[in-house]
Amino acid sequence: MISGTRGKTAPCLLLAILLFSVFLSLSLGRFNIPLKTVAGILLEPVFGIQAFWSETEVQVIWAVRSPRVALAAIVGAGLALAGAAMQSLFRNPLADPQILGVSSGAALGGVIGILLTGTGWPAISGSFAGGLAALAAVFWLAGGSGAGRGGTVMLVLSGLVVGAVGAAGIALAKYAADPDNQLPAIVFWLLGSLAAADRQSLYITLPPVLLSAALILGLRFHLSALAVGEEDARNLGVPVRAVRLLALGAAGLATAAAVAVSGVVGWVGLVVPHLVRLGFGANHRWFFLNTLLAGASYLILVDTAARRLVAAEIPLGALTALLGAPIFAVLLRRLRGKTDV
Amino acid sequence: MSDLLVAHGLGYRYGQAWVFRYLDFHLPAGCLTAILGPNGCGKSTLLATLSGLRTPVEGTVSRQNSGLALVPQSLEPALPFSGLDMVLLGRARAISLFSAPGTADYAAAREALTRLEAAHLADRPFDVMSGGERQLVLIARALVSSSAVLLLDEPTAALDWHRQAHVLNLLRQLADSGLAVAFTTHAPQHALDFADHVLLMAGPERQFSGVPEDILSEEALSQLYRLPVKRLRLSSLACSTAIPVFRGYSSESAVSPGEEAL
Repeated sequence: MISGTRGKTAPCLLLAILLFSVFLSLSLGRFNIPLKTVAGILLEPVFGIQAFWSETEVQVIWAVRSPRVALAAIVGAGLALAGAAMQSLFRNPLADPQILGVSSGAALGGVIGILLTGTGWPAISGSFAGGLAALAAVFWLAGGSGAGRGGTVMLVLSGLVVGAVGAAGIALAKYAADPDNQLPAIVFWLLGSLAAADRQSLYITLPPVLLSAALILGLRFHLSALAVGEEDARNLGVPVRAVRLLALGAAGLATAAAVAVSGVVGWVGLVVPHLVRLGFGANHRWFFLNTLLAGASYLILVDTAARRLVAAEIPLGALTALLGAPIFAVLLRRLRGKTDV
Repeated sequence: MSDLLVAHGLGYRYGQAWVFRYLDFHLPAGCLTAILGPNGCGKSTLLATLSGLRTPVEGTVSRQNSGLALVPQSLEPALPFSGLDMVLLGRARAISLFSAPGTADYAAAREALTRLEAAHLADRPFDVMSGGERQLVLIARALVSSSAVLLLDEPTAALDWHRQAHVLNLLRQLADSGLAVAFTTHAPQHALDFADHVLLMAGPERQFSGVPEDILSEEALSQLYRLPVKRLRLSSLACSTAIPVFRGYSSESAVSPGEEAL
């Protein structure tokens, strides 16, 4: 697999899958719209196609579904990239924003933000502060333990500790919250859903995820070098401190931005990089771009399933966990054979 | 010949026990140096200290600003990289933050693998390679860094005889082309056949260095490895070699005068 799809084939293929996912997601819902109509409505502003659709369909596509699809793409790409960066930083393929407790930290920060001022920017600032604090804490605990001796155990346990602190804080915050206004806002937000997607949530998420993606894609080669070993990277001439600080910041930023608009949607950062490696290898040039594209498609498709699978909407976080946990289990089994986990 | 690396009065210890002390070492350009010593005598620690990965407890190391590549005995990458990906990491010094290897880097990496008769390893995942294959990839990785100083930690440890000869010949060529090369080994023949210079680490404060032919006497080697070692001069060959007499092993020789100094 590694050799066959080394070049630009993989990103092209993944881009095609992303476009297809967008079309599919715009077309499917409680009110199905044929793919041809979706294409017509999307291309009308550019080519001025003669309308063969109703005004309702235009409304559904532009006002209802497109913000949600766009948000799913941004959140998915951000979480997947954050996961991939963390796997290099922690030298462990099991690292993921949720497993490391970073999502919980960001959620706690967001909840405190909501408690103190309200949703929107206070929530995202709080999420960012909480996410970075959690990431710093887990890195301090598990740090360079890496993939070797007891590394995975240390990593998972550190994530457990940090996640527990986050969860306890959230419970306290809920207890302290005003049950009429704040508590419903907090509970709804924590559920992990893209249902509240609107233009404002796009404005909140897009800039931090773009910045984080630029940083992580920029560091693609140096992050790979870190995955081989810290001492080795230093010996090769990699500026380890700078790479680590920038990548930790970027991963925390993307996670926080995702949590701020969609609550805790777990496992994306674990599943997507793993699938990308399985399909297209981990080569320095394309791996992170592949992960970005695949992450966007993945969350769009899962969110579409969440909306469409049964009559009532399934919480997105539940569905990503349902898909992620078995993959985590398989990875854990495989790692056990290789190193003494 | 100019010295690319000079260490003076070098000492390193783990806890209270000195691994080595009062060690002088220099690596001139164009010179191939072999480092010999029993297990645990501090060969790897010495390389780490010379390369700057570890700070010496005593003494100084001065390096020219001409690049230094250290080839470790083994590596366990956390993610499944191919052989080519691993070799490309050797270019890290030349690749600035926010950029990635370009076409020239890929070409250099493939060429380095070919030079080691290991072109077939380019697309193979590093984590499923044998120990010897990994060593070839790691040596290729050091080659692409275009460093003037190469330090190799037992580069031949997991290699068959053909590949040992190939790698040692390559090290010889690299030294002849002006690089300063040092490698550790457990085979005195490697030093006798290929090296210009040898460093014998007999004890924490007992090091001998000089021309292999002089330093690697039967007596010195027998004491070093606590086992009779015979030096042989084969009539058909110009050089001489060293052969361990494994049957001559006895547990009494496990405590030799050299051992007490440890």
